[in-house]
Amino acid sequence: MLAYILRRLLYALPILVGVNLLTFVLFFVVNSPDDMARMQLGVKRVTPEAVEAWKRERGYHLPLLYNAEAEGLDRLTETIFFQKSVSLFAFEFGRSDAGSDIGYDIRQRMGPSLAVAVPVFVIGLAVNITFALLVVFFRATYVELWGMVLCVALMSISALFYIIAGQYLVGKVMRLVPISGFGEGLAAWKFVVLPVAVGVVSGIGSGVRWYRTLFLEELGKDYVRTARAKGLGEGAVLARHVLRNALIPILTGSVVLLPLLFMGSLILESFFGIPGLGSYTIDAINAQDFAIVRAMVFLGSVLYLVGLLLTDLSYTLVDPRVRLS
Amino acid sequence: MRPHPLPVLAALLLAGALAGCGTSGEPWNSPYPPGLAAEKVIFSAFAQRPKHLDPVRSYSSNEYTFIAQIYEPPLQYHYLLRPYRLVPLTAEALPEPRLLDARGRELPPGAPAEAVAWSVYEIRIRPGIRYAPHPAFARGPDGRYLYRGLSERDLEGVHTLADFPERGTRELVAADYVHQIKRLADPRLHSPIRGLMSEHIVGFAAFGRRLETLRREGQEPDLQALPLEGVEVTGRYSYRIRIRGKYPQFRYWLAMPFFAPMPPEAVAFYGQPGMAERNLTLDWYPVGTGPFMLVENNPNRRMVLERNPHFHEERYPAEGMPGDREAGLLADAGRRLPLVDRVIFSLEKESIPYWNKFLQGYYDASGISSDAFDQAVRVGPGGEVSLTEELRAKGVRLATAVAPSTYYMGFNMLDPVVGGLSERARKLRQAISIAVDYEEYIAIFANGRGIAAQGPIPPGIFGHREGRSGMNPYVYDWVEGRPRRKPIEEARRLLAEAGYPGGVDRTTGEPLTLHLDVTATGPDDKARLDWYRKQFRKLGIELVVRNTDYNRFQDKMRTGAAQIFLWGWNADYPDPENFLFLLYGPNGKVRHGGENAANYANPEFDRLFERMKAMEDGPERLALIDRMLAIARRDAPWVWGFHPKAFTLYHAWYRNARPHLMANNTLKYIRVEPEQRLAAQRAWNRPVLWPLGAGAALLLVVLFPAWRVYRRRLRTPFRDAA
Amino acid sequence: MPFQPVLLWTDALLFLLVGLVVLFAWQARRHEHLRAPWREVARRPLAMACAVVLGAYALIGLADSVHFRPALDQPGPQGERRYAPEVLSLLDLALAPLRRQSEKTYSAPFAVRLYVKETVHLPDGTVQRIRPRLRWGGAHLEDPARRWADVAARGGRGALWGLALWAAAGMVWLAWRARRWGCRWREALVRVAAGRTELPWRAMWLTGAVLLLLAGAVAALAPYYHVLGTDKVGQDVLYQSLKSVRTGLVIGTLTTLVMLPFAVLLGLAAGYFRGWVDDVVQYLYTTLNAIPGVLLIAAAVLMLQVYMANHPEAFPTATERADMRLLFLCLILGITSWTGLCRMLRGETLKLRELDYVQAAQAFGVGHGRILLRHLLPNLMHIVLISVVLDFSALVLAEAVLSYVGVGVDPSMHSWGNMINAARLEMAREPVVWWTLAAAFLFMFALVLAANLFADAVRDAFDPRLRGA
Repeated sequence: MLAYILRRLLYALPILVGVNLLTFVLFFVVNSPDDMARMQLGVKRVTPEAVEAWKRERGYHLPLLYNAEAEGLDRLTETIFFQKSVSLFAFEFGRSDAGSDIGYDIRQRMGPSLAVAVPVFVIGLAVNITFALLVVFFRATYVELWGMVLCVALMSISALFYIIAGQYLVGKVMRLVPISGFGEGLAAWKFVVLPVAVGVVSGIGSGVRWYRTLFLEELGKDYVRTARAKGLGEGAVLARHVLRNALIPILTGSVVLLPLLFMGSLILESFFGIPGLGSYTIDAINAQDFAIVRAMVFLGSVLYLVGLLLTDLSYTLVDPRVRLS
Repeated sequence: MRPHPLPVLAALLLAGALAGCGTSGEPWNSPYPPGLAAEKVIFSAFAQRPKHLDPVRSYSSNEYTFIAQIYEPPLQYHYLLRPYRLVPLTAEALPEPRLLDARGRELPPGAPAEAVAWSVYEIRIRPGIRYAPHPAFARGPDGRYLYRGLSERDLEGVHTLADFPERGTRELVAADYVHQIKRLADPRLHSPIRGLMSEHIVGFAAFGRRLETLRREGQEPDLQALPLEGVEVTGRYSYRIRIRGKYPQFRYWLAMPFFAPMPPEAVAFYGQPGMAERNLTLDWYPVGTGPFMLVENNPNRRMVLERNPHFHEERYPAEGMPGDREAGLLADAGRRLPLVDRVIFSLEKESIPYWNKFLQGYYDASGISSDAFDQAVRVGPGGEVSLTEELRAKGVRLATAVAPSTYYMGFNMLDPVVGGLSERARKLRQAISIAVDYEEYIAIFANGRGIAAQGPIPPGIFGHREGRSGMNPYVYDWVEGRPRRKPIEEARRLLAEAGYPGGVDRTTGEPLTLHLDVTATGPDDKARLDWYRKQFRKLGIELVVRNTDYNRFQDKMRTGAAQIFLWGWNADYPDPENFLFLLYGPNGKVRHGGENAANYANPEFDRLFERMKAMEDGPERLALIDRMLAIARRDAPWVWGFHPKAFTLYHAWYRNARPHLMANNTLKYIRVEPEQRLAAQRAWNRPVLWPLGAGAALLLVVLFPAWRVYRRRLRTPFRDAA
Repeated sequence: MPFQPVLLWTDALLFLLVGLVVLFAWQARRHEHLRAPWREVARRPLAMACAVVLGAYALIGLADSVHFRPALDQPGPQGERRYAPEVLSLLDLALAPLRRQSEKTYSAPFAVRLYVKETVHLPDGTVQRIRPRLRWGGAHLEDPARRWADVAARGGRGALWGLALWAAAGMVWLAWRARRWGCRWREALVRVAAGRTELPWRAMWLTGAVLLLLAGAVAALAPYYHVLGTDKVGQDVLYQSLKSVRTGLVIGTLTTLVMLPFAVLLGLAAGYFRGWVDDVVQYLYTTLNAIPGVLLIAAAVLMLQVYMANHPEAFPTATERADMRLLFLCLILGITSWTGLCRMLRGETLKLRELDYVQAAQAFGVGHGRILLRHLLPNLMHIVLISVVLDFSALVLAEAVLSYVGVGVDPSMHSWGNMINAARLEMAREPVVWWTLAAAFLFMFALVLAANLFADAVRDAFDPRLRGA
């Protein structure tokens, strides 16, 4: 078990290096260090010396990937890529190009992100499964037909519409919750209600359809017939047998998403002014803050790989027949 | 039948929520913690983290919003008097420069600029002013600084300035001002005005070079000990600045935060190892003598200014313009400032939520975006503006002012097609100047909140002329007592004379295609760019918009690769020199790295500028400016765009507000009435619940048949078709 | 020639795609095993009704993909013909009145006055703020109060024209059908009307009727009114919505076209050869998958902008710049979305290569290329097809989100994402400007809904695993 995890972690290393290299190349094609300096130094009255000094201060005066002037191994290490990448592996994100401490920012912003992402995930799961069960329960009636039509319709609406409509109706017309923003501690709940509701509703369409197919597949299995033969009612069959068995693929399938919840939701957060990691990322893209984008890409990749690992592990925990090989 | 537990639970929860909201007395949708709105607090917002709060670096208005309340330069602008007038802040009096000739003899005040070799400013500050509490000043019983010589270990667990429990203060002395000027000269601190001040302050550039030499030799120079030739401390409360030649605009700089005092203790405190890694820098936590201090700096959520307990005595001005007394602006005359305890800035990135929250009463003041204009403002038959019924019913007040800014469309004068002083290019530019209908632009995108520009100088600045004498005769005709844009036929004629009849190049036969370089991001930009294309199409010219990111755009401007661009300038100080220098040849962006983005260079204009620069306002200066404007209008290096009008809305409980477009330290004059605010918030934010009820009822109607199917199905076991 | 044809990159690829589809259809007609599942799809009334809607969209999109530069009136100095710099499409030609009739700023659907007040200097020297009459919308009306009666009359007439067109086409088609069925015209009509045909012709014709009714009414009204209002600079919203169709279709289809070769080639190779090839491919897609998609897209789009800024001569016209960006967006979306399909294909290939007939082929010494092409690929096509149709609607929706983030299509290009983006500001206005959002919503919703329903039918028909469920 431990050996397996270790091996998987080792396997993750080259992937992270690849991710780093790719983002690095992309960003430096876009942005020369000179550009970054000017962007950060402001609009009025910027001198070339100021640009040079800024680069030196932040270590952007080195060559990008290969230092021809250095000796031996230094040719590879005395470069922006090496200097800026190695610290990432120790989760030291350093300072953003604008000068703030990225690690501190990320820690600060994780809370708000989770405050939205976790309820969306949990409530969404519960709501989708409930509706899917209901649809399956009513199969071959008009309830199923219209339920599925509704699902396709919901699915065909862009998430942006849900957000705009939700903000307009609930925030502006009905005045139930603050339009946007965030609060300290538990007081944040009223800021979170609307984004969570919008997040859940926008996921219902595809979610219900997906779980419905899972349940239908389960329904075709032998043990269901056995249960019916015992004289169990339809409700009991669904709740006790189908749901319980289908939960295994549902849960193992969801595990991969868990770590990524930390990354927050890009659009929800920026629409509702939630100071989480999603809006952090969008702001960084708009400001072309390479240090933050790189840190977020790295973090996202790490969390994705952790998710993969967790999925594998959860399979073995749920189903002893699966061997880790 | 036994009641189902779920609906009962839901009903209980709802009742509890209602009860909870009822008792606290604050609306459901209040974005603030309970009780806050009842305090003497101003609620405002910021759109993005101010990058630099260090007065050496700070140069943009979103930074000044904060630091102008915290740092105090020697001078300030009078809050109520117009035109803008300087008055002492920490200084005893307005400094009058002593003019000296090359041999050090004193000259009379009106001496011609050619004769003046030096101007000497002697500034005396008032004694007894103290800094706001800050850990950098904290001393133990033995008189030694508590937080000095800290190691990395001592800083563990420290994240914000609030984690240092002890505070101290100290009296403001003249040496702090001199210290700051030396910091301005320090190349390592990248002050944006370092280049400019090197031309004016004696020994400024040499001081910077000296610092660099010392650093190259491995020493860390002591700014206080190292002398700067033109700036010296002459007493505990006085210092002297020596300027090269005559530079009357210098006193305006003395009202900007660049020249605020900086205690050496703060620099030593923040300079300790480990501080910068924790964002403990002057860019995050300012140290000043002003009416407020920054107690919370969380750029992800909010920033909080709190009253400085040591703030020196400053009183609300007793003198105003006619009408100010009637408007209630002098009601607080003579009261001690500041008039509120706290200012809370919440992060609000977008204008839409800001506007909605303003209407709900959660922000005290707001501008008006063009999309909200008709909701807010009515224009009467005489062109006068007033608020709509809706806003007047809320007790909102409106203030308007023409901003000392100019937005324009510039031609790159180095471009082979549109640039240069040849007759052909000049006529092309004049034709375009007529075609781009900025009156329409102002109507569509600013709801008429702006004045089409006749030249670079906005109203309210010396040199701007109203009426026929201030009209640009190359674009406008004087018709019925007001300037009217020349007909498009005139532009087409000019275009034909320039060699492009109907927008087609006479020599090559190719249609004329021009390029507009912009950085567009928002949805509103698309509409704007469409509009610009429409203007050029009137002449048959195809305008290609080259949209790039901000960096590339700057790059193009610097290398001269841009052709036509949109640009703007906000005045540093109310003097025509600050606008005309944007057209001064030796200030060219490409050749000299200056602020003349169009790279316009006309020798005659430059000669006149050099003479005008150092003059005192008067008829002679006005005549020079008129001549300069005539040259620039003929050459048309810019399509003189427009000067925006600032419209600001204030809620009824927000008192003493008066737009001041040069000063930023105005929060100290503001008073709020919390009870009035709370009552209004309650009245405006009654939740609308019937849609919820209606939705639930609809759901029940839909679900009823389903429930019947459910009952049936529970009774009979289901058989799958298979 | 009165015009000069212009072939944009996306046009070329779009027509290539159409060619491929036609080729595939021709191929499928000749092979029963390829035809069978399609017949399954074609038997479903809902799926075929959706197909008609999709066909209408495709027609609009294709008409908007034939580009040209019209000739100018004045000849050049040597008397040669010269062409206007702006690039138009067939759709622009058809919608010429909509394109030209722009107002000053916002106006509501069917409005005769501007939506916002404007400061007007009256001849007597006073200034008033009024809502002036529109330049085009309802300009033919003497009395604006009679507007709704006029709208009803014109709309009704247009709808009747649409109906007449539908009836005429229907009769011709019925006559042809009757000949093929070998029955009389009336019998054929009864058969279709009663739904007793193999293909659901009734559903298709009914959908067609609805579409033509709408199109007829709108075509009759559009020259006189702004049916869906105008936007901030007075452009017709209906025109924008129709122009956005092409953008949506291009993103939805070309992205797939771009990614298919990668996904199929790498997926097949990884599953078939295993070993180091498999390792490399897996490494590649895990790495790409690990990067949050939006960040990758943002970086790539920024990169393109830089390239364009540095090489302005390569993109002389605004249309070409916008087109290049669109193509690039497809490319980068393809790069981020091929991994899922690739992984599925790899898994399926791993299974298939163990089957007897593949083993047998290997034993007979058949070459790798031949095995991959003749034995494995055909058996994987259903996976490819299902993922292509399922991806389509997701991509159309993704475009809107990306445009919101600011890394979508060029801001000067008409797209639903850009429309929604603009609508965000409009929803905050008082009174609300709702029509841009509503128009984008309607057009997008109809397309995505039709695509989703059609995709469901395709999946059911092609995926044997789901057939029972």
